[in-house]
Amino acid sequence: MQIYLPIAELPISVLMVLGLSGAVGFISGLFGVGGGFLLTPLLIFLDIPPAVAVATVAAQVAGSSMTGVLTYWRRRALDLKLGGVLVTGGIIGTVLGVLFFNSMRRLGQLELVITLSYVTLFTCIGGLMLYDALRAALRVRAGKPVRLRRRAGTHPWWMGLPLRMRFHRSQLYASVIPIATLAVIIGFIGAVLGVGGGFILVPALIYFFRIPPAVVVGTSLFQILVTMTGATILHAVTNQSVDLILAVLLLLGGVVGAQFGGRAARNLNVDSFRLLLALLILSVGLRFAVELLIPPSDPYSVVLPESAR
Amino acid sequence: MRAAFTKLLAGLAVLVLSGAARAETLIASVSSHQIQITSNYTGDQVTVFGLVERDGRTAGRGDPYDIVITVRGPQRMLLVREKERLGPIWINRTQRRFPDSSVFLMVASNRPLNEILSPDSARRDRIGLLHAQRRPDAVPQAYPDMGRFREAMIRLMEDKGLYTEAERGVTFLSPALFSAPIEVPATAPTGTYEVEVVLYAGGALLARQTTNFEVIKTGIEQGLASGAHDQPLLYGLATAALALLFGWLASVIFRRD
Repeated sequence: MQIYLPIAELPISVLMVLGLSGAVGFISGLFGVGGGFLLTPLLIFLDIPPAVAVATVAAQVAGSSMTGVLTYWRRRALDLKLGGVLVTGGIIGTVLGVLFFNSMRRLGQLELVITLSYVTLFTCIGGLMLYDALRAALRVRAGKPVRLRRRAGTHPWWMGLPLRMRFHRSQLYASVIPIATLAVIIGFIGAVLGVGGGFILVPALIYFFRIPPAVVVGTSLFQILVTMTGATILHAVTNQSVDLILAVLLLLGGVVGAQFGGRAARNLNVDSFRLLLALLILSVGLRFAVELLIPPSDPYSVVLPESAR
Repeated sequence: MRAAFTKLLAGLAVLVLSGAARAETLIASVSSHQIQITSNYTGDQVTVFGLVERDGRTAGRGDPYDIVITVRGPQRMLLVREKERLGPIWINRTQRRFPDSSVFLMVASNRPLNEILSPDSARRDRIGLLHAQRRPDAVPQAYPDMGRFREAMIRLMEDKGLYTEAERGVTFLSPALFSAPIEVPATAPTGTYEVEVVLYAGGALLARQTTNFEVIKTGIEQGLASGAHDQPLLYGLATAALALLFGWLASVIFRRD
């Protein structure tokens, strides 16, 4: 069954979109990430204009993180104060990101920016996480204790910067500056790449600030919810590139898939969780790297600037 | 389709009876002047019908008639990029702009174009994918590699199904009556499509006739597209609200605790 997308201006198979978003939703529920980093490239691969894919996935990510936020809120695994700081930074980042997105689109370099960002971000983060996960797994095998929590009295220097705040639920007493900076960067990346940024925020909060993982996922989902809602509205106002019909299809598949993913996550231990997430992120990065590195079968490509409608 | 054809024939009869002063008169029309994009739209077909009307003076002409139909879709700027190697990676380096290019082009004829007319006439009469753009001179020739990019553009647009050259796309139903199907793919843009029918005999242009049809969004498709453009803030807020509603609903439906 095909349905015509009014903004993307092409027909698409309903079952295929539902299947795709369901599968991505499963993964996002499994790992507590938005799943936008998988969905956006898939949609572009299906010939949906990149601008429409990025803007519409923002709406989908907003919807699926809403479900997650409510679940973590009920389990009291959400630090609203930390979330507030992250959101403030995130909003600034999102505005900057949408401005950057539009100027790159005018320059005709959007595609390159998106591809390059995917490659660098995903291979770096995926590689680091893989290294870390493997090291932890080897330590466990060697019988050495795993150090997840910091030892008393040892703080990384960035936590001691001025403007320190206490975050009870996160068991954190640290400067706001590095946290807000992280949030600005993630809001920016999110708006440019159409991703929630959870895959960066979750490991960053765990590794740099040593916040308990359970609280991290809930709080990061809250930050993603707010920034992606904002990104949806901003993309709609500045680009008119949000496709409502596509958004509904993605939401339908995504929220259902996420429920099953969330259930599957309970049967997964922490080490294999980290290893799998690392492999997933790394493989997306490598997939984009291959595109850049392999000589193209056809060096030419033709594009219709989307603004002319 | 059948009704349209009958109506067309009736119209043609009237025109024929009214008589024409020129040696050959070309009469052409399309089966539908409007293609409506609805939510189950997956492309459509329009048929061009036409009649070559001749008077007594032309009875002795030895060469058979040839028909070339050119359909030109809405104009946009097309951007052609070429990937080049930069260090270890391949990126788009050179790009050439083709402003005012038809996003849809179809050239249909009853036999291969090179049998119908000479390359020079093709350029002059704007026949064939290479020459068919509405304003071929609009493209600045400042770059020496423009031809290479133009060929790549035509080839890529053919791959997308937006440019087609149908060597036997025109069928003569009788020596004077012809028809040609035009496939409009789902990805073809909205707007006006100009249909130009040209009559040749022995390589000489005898008559030219144009008509058109339009592709428009209707119903929900039209409502959403115009909503997104006319009320962007409202549209954005509505989409965001809908997304959050979905998220909330999912958490209510699947709640277990």
